[in-house]
Amino acid sequence: MIPAPFDYIRPASVEDACRVLADAETAGDEVKVLAGGQSLLPLLRLRLAYPSALVDLGRLPELRGVADRGDHVYIGALTTHDEVMRSGVVREHVPLVALATATVADPAVRHRGTFGGSMAHADPAGDLPAVALALDCVFVVRSSDGEREIPAAEFFVDYLEPALEPGEVLLGVRVPKLGSGWGFHYEKFHRTAQAWATVGVAAAVRRGDGGTIEEARIGLTNMGPTPVRARVTEVALRGVAPSPSGSNGSDPLRDACAQADAGTSPPADLHARPDYRRHLARVLTRRAVGAALG
Amino acid sequence: MTEQLDAGLVAGRIAESGQVSEPSAEREMGRARRRKEDARLVTGRTMWTDNIQLPGMLYVAFLRSPMAHARITGVDVSAARSLPGVVAAYSGRDLAEEQGSLPCAWPVTEDIVIPDHPPMAVDEVRYPGEAVACVVATDRYRAADALEAIAVDYEPLDPVLDMTEALAEGAPKVHEAGNRAFTWKFAGGDIDAAFRDAPVVIDRAYVQQRLIPTAMEPRAVVATTDGDGFTLYSATQIPHVLRVMLAMTTGIPEHKLRVVAPDVGGGFGSKLQVTAEEVLALLLARRLGRPVKWTESRSEGNLTVHHGRDQLQRIAVAADRDGRIRGVRVELLADMGAYLMLVTPGVPLLGAFMYNGIYKMDAYDFTCTGVFTTKMPTDAYRGAGRPEATFAIERAVDELAHELGMDPVEVRRRNWITREEFPYTTIAGLTYDSGDYEAATEKALAMFGYDGLRAEQADRRERHDPVQLGIGVSTYTEMCGLAPSRVLGSLSYGAGGWEHAAVRLLPTGKVEVVTGTSPHGQGHETAWSQIAADALGVPFEDVSVLHGDTSVAHRGMDTYGSRSLVVGGVAVLAACEKVKERARELAAHLMEASADDVEFDGGRFRVRGTDEGRTIQELALAAFAAHDLPGGFEPRLDAEATFDPDNFSFPHGTHLCAVEVDTETGRCAIRSYVAVDDVGSVVNPLIVEGQVHGGIAQGVGQALFEEAVHDADGNLVTTTMADYLIPSAADLPEFTTDRTETPATSNPLGVKGVGEAGTIASTPAVVNAIADALRPYGVRDVRMPCTPERIWRALAEAEVTVPAQSRAAVPSTSEIAPEGGAR
Repeated sequence: MIPAPFDYIRPASVEDACRVLADAETAGDEVKVLAGGQSLLPLLRLRLAYPSALVDLGRLPELRGVADRGDHVYIGALTTHDEVMRSGVVREHVPLVALATATVADPAVRHRGTFGGSMAHADPAGDLPAVALALDCVFVVRSSDGEREIPAAEFFVDYLEPALEPGEVLLGVRVPKLGSGWGFHYEKFHRTAQAWATVGVAAAVRRGDGGTIEEARIGLTNMGPTPVRARVTEVALRGVAPSPSGSNGSDPLRDACAQADAGTSPPADLHARPDYRRHLARVLTRRAVGAALG
Repeated sequence: MTEQLDAGLVAGRIAESGQVSEPSAEREMGRARRRKEDARLVTGRTMWTDNIQLPGMLYVAFLRSPMAHARITGVDVSAARSLPGVVAAYSGRDLAEEQGSLPCAWPVTEDIVIPDHPPMAVDEVRYPGEAVACVVATDRYRAADALEAIAVDYEPLDPVLDMTEALAEGAPKVHEAGNRAFTWKFAGGDIDAAFRDAPVVIDRAYVQQRLIPTAMEPRAVVATTDGDGFTLYSATQIPHVLRVMLAMTTGIPEHKLRVVAPDVGGGFGSKLQVTAEEVLALLLARRLGRPVKWTESRSEGNLTVHHGRDQLQRIAVAADRDGRIRGVRVELLADMGAYLMLVTPGVPLLGAFMYNGIYKMDAYDFTCTGVFTTKMPTDAYRGAGRPEATFAIERAVDELAHELGMDPVEVRRRNWITREEFPYTTIAGLTYDSGDYEAATEKALAMFGYDGLRAEQADRRERHDPVQLGIGVSTYTEMCGLAPSRVLGSLSYGAGGWEHAAVRLLPTGKVEVVTGTSPHGQGHETAWSQIAADALGVPFEDVSVLHGDTSVAHRGMDTYGSRSLVVGGVAVLAACEKVKERARELAAHLMEASADDVEFDGGRFRVRGTDEGRTIQELALAAFAAHDLPGGFEPRLDAEATFDPDNFSFPHGTHLCAVEVDTETGRCAIRSYVAVDDVGSVVNPLIVEGQVHGGIAQGVGQALFEEAVHDADGNLVTTTMADYLIPSAADLPEFTTDRTETPATSNPLGVKGVGEAGTIASTPAVVNAIADALRPYGVRDVRMPCTPERIWRALAEAEVTVPAQSRAAVPSTSEIAPEGGAR
């Protein structure tokens, strides 16, 4: 890797990091925060990013780790994907996070890439933003001015653009526990094992005592400049009594998912054009919901 | 104290030190040895070119054209020159007088257009990534940074991207001479008679997409000079050819140029080239008097490693109603890219002899036109011409079977050369020496569970299962082992096809084998050791194989075209035989017997009917001591041999592929894959297995994943491995492999080439399976790579109406944008 020259700063604490970032902001320097380097290093390698300095948070232990905090699971921003997917707390209380994280890239990348890094990169093709959106996660950020919280629905502003102000550092993410009765699935469609999702669907579905769906949360990966919720389908799924395709050919789940792409603006790239992505969103949402129902 | 060298004394000491290993009773031929070179290769603790560090070494980086086609109106390197650590910076014009033209060694026709090909563009760039300037600096980083200080003024010219359009009247020209490089024709039999009144004609067009060879080791070069002589280290497949070519093109006399291919991490044909970077590194070392290194990045490699395939094929098969093939007509457009490189024009013609496959027919007609475009030149890529040919004929034969309502295996059976008919001279004029298509096919069908899968397929079709099953057949053969020289000459190839080996018996009885082949992952050190161990009766461990350095292995034709074993391995055997005959003469002398009475067995020469004998190690020492030799016997047990076979090598086999196609998403998953290959006698089954597995994977890559894509401006957009997808182990099924062994009659080992067979066989097997799965939906073909999106679109656009449950939400046509960009 031969990036353009940059300065390297390794702050000793989060406070230190915030100060460095604030100073850079004042000086008008283009600094980038380095976590696991999963996405930043390729950008540097290709000279698509020319930061004047990298602020490496990699050795701040306070940003790393998973904690059970009653109604939510707190995942430190620097927790690696591998740590997340192996965490007993994550698997027990927020299994959708573990399921999606296990599909991220490959084992080597999962040992370096971080949960918070993937969120702060805000790549709609990343698997975790759609999950955060579906679960209504809360992002905890800090700057020299103090801490604030950003709900997932406001965190992903645009393509590669999180709602982080200059000088702000993502500390961690609160992942709400949804309670009992929920089923989860992350359906990822990609061309090779290590490729980004062409389309991904994060589904959390709660079934009532009668077997009908009472609540569904659907996050879509790579269906627009940000991750998106399939709101129309979430509403349509309410009250649906899923059954295997009946003898009359009806499939209420499929019908409910027929507008899973509503409100999306999927990109065109080498792997798929928008109409195909829309189609995939519909089919995969049906499958994700079906799988979440078990 | 000075000891007199005494053969017996030395032998005793060697024996005491335990250095003489007992020869193994087991023959080495056919033994599945693990490769002796792998420990150093897989750990990387070896001489990869990029690992080489020389005192005072400089690093060169190339500024590459961001445009497919443009006139260069100015290059200013002055700012780069003044940056810290920068030793030199040059434009193409700065080097114009001395850089010469990169060679094309295969002028396939008399009137072929071979444009001047400066290693660094001077006036015009003709493909994206073409080098326009360079910086030499004290480290790689400074060199790369300084590139950004170079200013180049381009005047854009129209890109030439589509071969058909390129040949049209008034098309923008890649070169002044026009976009047609050559037209090459070849025919056998009366093609008009074959097609006249033919009851069935299958007429199809196929696209062989452009591929980017992806060797694990990127290209790397180190050039150094001592003022008079030059050494070029390069991650190349062809140190010997490279030396000759560089001597001819740079003016450095051949005897002053040493070329070394250290350990090389894969090539697949992409390192069968004389590259611009090799020539420029050499020139820069000459100008600067210091060693110069260049190592490409993966993205640089995707742009400027020569590409593969890229043909538009039209194939017509005329047949009788009973399935008998009457004739095959082929018309090809082959994309040369912007220039003709080492064997660019010859690649499609290597396929010319293969469109008839394993089938008998009355007539054959082949025309190929090479076309210039503003893309990276194409050249050899694993299979080189034969995968394209095999794909077309095997696809067409499957289509013929469908047209006739016949099982695809049965159609093949009715046409293939039967085992009794070998040797068989084909309609393309090649004589297939041996083969047994029946045996390989029967074995494959049984392993595959063909009938069971057909039953399941029928059931899924009946049920309108959204996941359909398809079965693809590929009964391939191929010509490889590039030799014989006589035939290569008749095809206007610039060199021969022989191979050289030298065998040296060292005083302690150890053996050095020097080979002219140049392994880059194939395991020659292991296989050649096995051949020598058997031939000389020495332990496998006692053999070393030297290669890849023109000062060590001074004669060779290198490694490509599955030639190393069938030509080079046989040369090793021949050299061993010569050594053995010399040893026999010496043994007879020492035992006071007639050479005719001395027999050789297990490393020991024995007087027939007695216990009197000498081991080959004893004879090695005796020759070294030279105290008691036959009259006129030179004191050495060495020999050299150059082998030039009479014929190509014709491996064959039957590959069967079952795919499951998800008709809702278009995803294709290979469910099972059976390969039964006949590569003749086998030296090392483990190596053969590895070649077959890797070969199939690479063929599957073309079928499902890989494609070099250019946008409408001619920029390559697949410059990273996130865009250019190659399958990894996680994307491939377990391959079930087996072999039949029909020894080649064209060489004494009975071996056939195996390096390209899997790649040649597998692509049509996979695509035939996809076509088979989709046929009930009215889909006739899916262009490679058969991506989920392409399969889905093919289904969406197909004519046959299928029950709703398997056709969810077909898009309206208005939603379908034109497929992005030129290809």
